[in-house]
Amino acid sequence: MTQLWDFSGGIHPAENKHLSTTRPIEQASLPERLILPLQQHIGAPAEACVAVGERVLKGQTIARVPGSVGVPVHAPTSGTVEAVSMHPVPHPSGMSDWCIVLTPDGLDEWAERDPIADYHSMDRDAVLERIREYGIAGLGGAGFPTNIKLRPPKDRKVSTLILNGAECEPYITADDMAMRERADEIVSGLRIMAWILRPERCVIAVEDNKPEAIEALKKATENTQTEVVVIPTKYPSGGEKQLIQILTGMEVPSGGIPADIGVMCQNTGTAIAVSRAIHRDEPLISRVTTITGRAVSNPGTFEVLLGTPVEHLLKQAGLDEQQLHRLILGGPMMGYTLETPGVPVVKTTNCVIAATAEELPAPPPEQPCIRCGMCAEACPMELLPQQLFWHSKAGEFEKAEHLNLFDCIECGACSYVCPSSIPLVQYYRAAKGEIRIQQAEHLKADRARERFEARQARLEREQQEKEQRKKDRAKAAAEAQAKKQAEAERAEAEGQPADDRAAKSTLVEEALARKKAKAEKAAASEAPTPTAPEAPDLEALEKQLSQATAKLNTMQSMLEDAKAENADNVEKLERAVAKNHDRVKRAEQALAEARN
Amino acid sequence: MALAQQSSPHARRARSTSNVMLWVMLASLPGLLAQVVFFGWGNLINVIWCMALAVGAEAAMLRLRKRPIKFFLRDNTAAVTGLLLGLSLPPLVPFWVSAIAVLAAIVLAKQLYGGLGSNPFNPAMVGYALVLISFPVAMTTNWAEPGLLWENAPGLWDTLNIIASGQQSAVDAFTMATPLDHYKHNISSRTATEVLQHPTFGDGVAKGWEWVNAGFLAGGLLLLWMRLITWHIPVSFLAGLAIMSLAFGSNADLYAPLSMHLLAGGTMLGAFFIATDPVSAATSHQGKLIYGAGIGVLIYLIRTWGDYPDAVAFAVLLMNFAVPFIDYYTPPRTYGHHKPRRGLPGKNQG
Repeated sequence: MTQLWDFSGGIHPAENKHLSTTRPIEQASLPERLILPLQQHIGAPAEACVAVGERVLKGQTIARVPGSVGVPVHAPTSGTVEAVSMHPVPHPSGMSDWCIVLTPDGLDEWAERDPIADYHSMDRDAVLERIREYGIAGLGGAGFPTNIKLRPPKDRKVSTLILNGAECEPYITADDMAMRERADEIVSGLRIMAWILRPERCVIAVEDNKPEAIEALKKATENTQTEVVVIPTKYPSGGEKQLIQILTGMEVPSGGIPADIGVMCQNTGTAIAVSRAIHRDEPLISRVTTITGRAVSNPGTFEVLLGTPVEHLLKQAGLDEQQLHRLILGGPMMGYTLETPGVPVVKTTNCVIAATAEELPAPPPEQPCIRCGMCAEACPMELLPQQLFWHSKAGEFEKAEHLNLFDCIECGACSYVCPSSIPLVQYYRAAKGEIRIQQAEHLKADRARERFEARQARLEREQQEKEQRKKDRAKAAAEAQAKKQAEAERAEAEGQPADDRAAKSTLVEEALARKKAKAEKAAASEAPTPTAPEAPDLEALEKQLSQATAKLNTMQSMLEDAKAENADNVEKLERAVAKNHDRVKRAEQALAEARN
Repeated sequence: MALAQQSSPHARRARSTSNVMLWVMLASLPGLLAQVVFFGWGNLINVIWCMALAVGAEAAMLRLRKRPIKFFLRDNTAAVTGLLLGLSLPPLVPFWVSAIAVLAAIVLAKQLYGGLGSNPFNPAMVGYALVLISFPVAMTTNWAEPGLLWENAPGLWDTLNIIASGQQSAVDAFTMATPLDHYKHNISSRTATEVLQHPTFGDGVAKGWEWVNAGFLAGGLLLLWMRLITWHIPVSFLAGLAIMSLAFGSNADLYAPLSMHLLAGGTMLGAFFIATDPVSAATSHQGKLIYGAGIGVLIYLIRTWGDYPDAVAFAVLLMNFAVPFIDYYTPPRTYGHHKPRRGLPGKNQG
């Protein structure tokens, strides 16, 4: 017996699953028109790659996604592309979106097919690419592209692969019926996923209210490593986070993904789609959908071509329009009401409930919250729904976020139990939306402010540069003036010691000169060869002169630089220049004397 | 065909607030029955009188506040407030004392704060505390002498007359102090055995009172079983009281023993029916534990060292004050988080 954990909270709503499990999966009849939304997955919408009027074959790609996030759309049967137009799509807002409208020709003619005999010999990436090319996005509800999900971040190793067959929401029986009748395909799809991910453990989890499905899966997994785990029936055990907790005792970190703790969940329907893509070369063009509720006389589970309008299915299930009060896409806990039955079945459509007014009556008017805490008892995420409600209602979004509003999975357990009939989840959705808008606006405002500040800084800088240039010009002019003046002064002061140091050095030099003269006298008295000492002397003097000139030049350029920079050593440098000037003069004189 | 547009979830459990309140009222019946059996018709008359007045006051206030009267009356909460006061007040208390308590509860403590769900204090206890402080004599001496209804209590008509006349002298013949009061005032000069000889204690813990408490305990267990309340507040309430009693009052010659604390006063009514009033209680499990334990501890402190013989009302009101604080610091740890996020946003992030 596999060890199981419990998740906190949870509820036991009336299941109503028996309505649609009385007969096997039935093939839905071909509608007059198939409406295929270009976006049936999370990611970028697909772009139609067929022309209006073109004949397409079953399984042919009719829309592709240009980017890397998103999956293509395929023709569910052969026929003619009638239009690419806006059409109401399954969405809580009741919005319209671009759809390819296909008129089936009834021939159901397949495009060329190329089943893979042995995927093991293929590259894993090639298999993943095929999963994407075959249009597979999670069939459980969100419609996340399966190929991306099957490629977790490089630093995350998936050690437990879970097939989610819990199907905890009331009414829905699509997975249940598929598990009963297509257990082999589920296991084969699971094998492909396991081959890609190489997990240590493969689990198929089913709630204990589906004994037939459990039986079928156990048979299909005989002599394999795959565990079929029976979990207690409690809503929302099929929530990804709750299921992971039940099976592993671990919690997905807030804001993280299951792969962060080495787990991945896939829907059983997705497994079937993967199996068909690989083994049968069949893209995702149909799915199992439950049509139920007490406003249909013949509820059941159907194999439906994607794009089949809901009204067509309702007709097949025997809709009594007089009885129909509320039309729900999905389950009664998390599904949304449809404004029109004209919307098509898409990759994520697992159930349609045609409910009568008695079955799902309009909620009584909202009463004040009495803080009874039944919501907190029911919350599977261990939130404080009543506090979130007050803060959401009062617009204290900061406090709501502080109490982890964004961890709410909107399962509806709190609203279900609320004795005051408060539509709690609706308040949370509104608050989340409001916070997202605020954040977006904040971001926009931040960007605008940054832009403004950058512009201000630029303008200021430009102004400063302008002023600097002006200043520089004025200074250069003043400098030129000053230089001229200085040169004039220098010319006047030439020959005279500029200061004490210069005077001292002059004295030293005079002393040296005297010594030199003495030595020369001595040398002369010794009477050496008259020319021999002259030549090196001349050379030395020339060298001295060139050195002094070079130094003077350097000093002069330094002085100019210093003046340009308005540095405080200008005076000092001026003196140095004057000194060097003298030295050059003296060297020249000495050379001239020596040459004479 | 106009399809109904509704936000999920579409399914709802059929348990409304009025339904919850109805069950609370039903669950109080065993306790009320025991009161009637042992203390006469007084409590029943009080309950009916208080409930009628509470509903009337609620309707009048709703009218003044221009709120839908029928819609709010249907939630049954005013009736429960009246019921709780009727159960808590002394059986032979004059009608005008209970009337003041009810009006304070509904008008002051509930409606002036914004009606159902907005009151920070337990309305019934506000009313009770007000009359206890204002009319201590009427509130402490009008407890009927315990004894089986058919043996020595005044009849229905006589009781009605006593309550309606509001004359203190009329009731002296049938009343005495509560066992807790009696014990407290006599234990300083006598031993426990001597004190317990007084007829108010009977053969068990406290004649009649033990059955009343047992009745409320049974009703409380029903509420628990039906999951209308959680175990946290009653259990921590009783545990707080018991631990205090064992720690400080184990000597019966000095202090009332634990059995008396649990079964002789308003303990069970307080633990299961009053402290569990969700509006004015803490919300998280941890918060409820602190809240309940606080009430239990305060009850012991006030009963033992305070001037009042019983203390449920004061203890509940004092802990009501602490609820916002408790709530900020006891949120549960949300799934996927390491620590609960205590305190206010921006501070002490966990």
